[in-house]
Amino acid sequence: MAYSDKVIDHYQNPKNVGTLDKAKKNVGTGLVGAPECGDVMRLQIEVDETTGTITDAKFKTFGCGSAIASSSLATEWLKGKTVDQALNIDNMEIVEELNLPPVKIHCSVLAEDAIKAAINDYRVKNGLEALQFEEKGVH
Amino acid sequence: MLSLPIYLDNNATTPMDPRVLEAMIPYFTQQFGNAASRNHPFGWQAEEAVDYAREQVAKLIGADAKEIIFTSGATEGDNLGIKGVFEMYASKGNHIITCTTEHKAVLDTCKHLEKLGAEITYLPVKADGLIDLAELEAAMKPTTILVAIMYANNEIGVVQPVREISAIAKKHGALFFTDGTQAVGKIPVDVQKDGIDIMAFTAHKMYGPKGVGALYVRRKNPRVKVTAQMDGGGHERGMRSGTLNVPGIVGFGKACELCRTEMEADTARIVKLRDKLENALLQIEESYLNGHKDYRLPHVTNISFKYVEGEGLLMGFNKNIALSSGSACTSASLEPSYVLKALGLGDDLAHSSLRFGLSRFTTEEEIDYTIEQITNTVLKLREMSPLWEMFKEGIDLDSVAWVHH
Repeated sequence: MAYSDKVIDHYQNPKNVGTLDKAKKNVGTGLVGAPECGDVMRLQIEVDETTGTITDAKFKTFGCGSAIASSSLATEWLKGKTVDQALNIDNMEIVEELNLPPVKIHCSVLAEDAIKAAINDYRVKNGLEALQFEEKGVH
Repeated sequence: MLSLPIYLDNNATTPMDPRVLEAMIPYFTQQFGNAASRNHPFGWQAEEAVDYAREQVAKLIGADAKEIIFTSGATEGDNLGIKGVFEMYASKGNHIITCTTEHKAVLDTCKHLEKLGAEITYLPVKADGLIDLAELEAAMKPTTILVAIMYANNEIGVVQPVREISAIAKKHGALFFTDGTQAVGKIPVDVQKDGIDIMAFTAHKMYGPKGVGALYVRRKNPRVKVTAQMDGGGHERGMRSGTLNVPGIVGFGKACELCRTEMEADTARIVKLRDKLENALLQIEESYLNGHKDYRLPHVTNISFKYVEGEGLLMGFNKNIALSSGSACTSASLEPSYVLKALGLGDDLAHSSLRFGLSRFTTEEEIDYTIEQITNTVLKLREMSPLWEMFKEGIDLDSVAWVHH
């Protein structure tokens, strides 16, 4: 299967690989997927508490090139967005941007799930209730 | 001078040896006759070429030329061998014993026969990929007509104890079929010494052309017959109708002859390269060899690199190195290799595996380059892997409540 140039670029030069201090109150961490499924994404956001803006985002991903590219792209998109804006990132936007083929759509869903899991972790840490999301059910 | 890309997927198919191509060429345009045309020189030439190739093929496996049935390849051979026995020996019984790591051409053939009333026992394999002979013995029944166990596995290269297996089958009055696709031409296979009654194999795994293979069918002690699965002109002693693929058969014969005369020298060289590759890659932390270390084909190694995903790993170098992975991230099922899972490997290790198949044409330079590329990519991806970070922090990954998708 041929990968798109954008997937290859993110794979070769991933953006924002790394780890934020998950003990900090303004850092939200999302860990989604499972080793036996062949995909695990950990996505973290650091939020400016006064403005609600995401000032930093980092990821680490175990998975195929499309999973790595989806999470790399997601961290790029998150930076500078408010938490509310980040909630609107839809997996199909990732699919379009990276030209993912149908068998790789689950990678984009995983990235969206990781964003939402990170936001919920941040919310719970700051005394807000966790949001409920619809299952995308692609896996 | 290193020429890229490098081909290390020789269990999938091998390049054709130029000497094989040379032997085939006249049979396309000049000696193009139908080997079944008995009344003119074109037919006689073709028949003579097929007879010669039949001798070459037979000689490689210690058989008689009359015992070679030409087919389109190993999948057809697996189908004809197993279905043909099931039909021919229906009055003796309906039980067939096979194992879980067989190629799909055998497993799906058995599943098909189950629908037609066959009883199939799928033996498990041990962690090293070998079947347990005591379990085979215990599975034998008065109704067992066939034991179908592969000679060597396509994913991990593990070589089954065929002599012991055939002895057990014989003792219980069953026939022994083996899928010899990966073994023939690579290691000594002798149908007499190994006690093989029926064996499927193919040219394109041994530097011959695609689209041609053979089924060995024993003629003495016992005389074995298989029911034809394709009706027609009664070619190949009535067991496989269809005009013979003369150029393909000529190429197959030549490929067999080259394997027979050069196997020893090829193996001595290839095994050194394989061991160099394997030893270097096993130096990487948390990398594991899959399958038995000794009962194995000399040109194959299968290694799991824990905490990195196989397809992601391949992407690091697959423009330059052709390999295959046990990961199934590209398949709709997302299921990793059933062979690796049959060894008891967790899905995580199965997803992290790479299969290397070397060939007659593999060079040391290529192996050195491969070692460097794979090592670098594994290390790079581990820096990116949350599982590696957790492992390094001493977190037991089995204790994590994963969000399953």
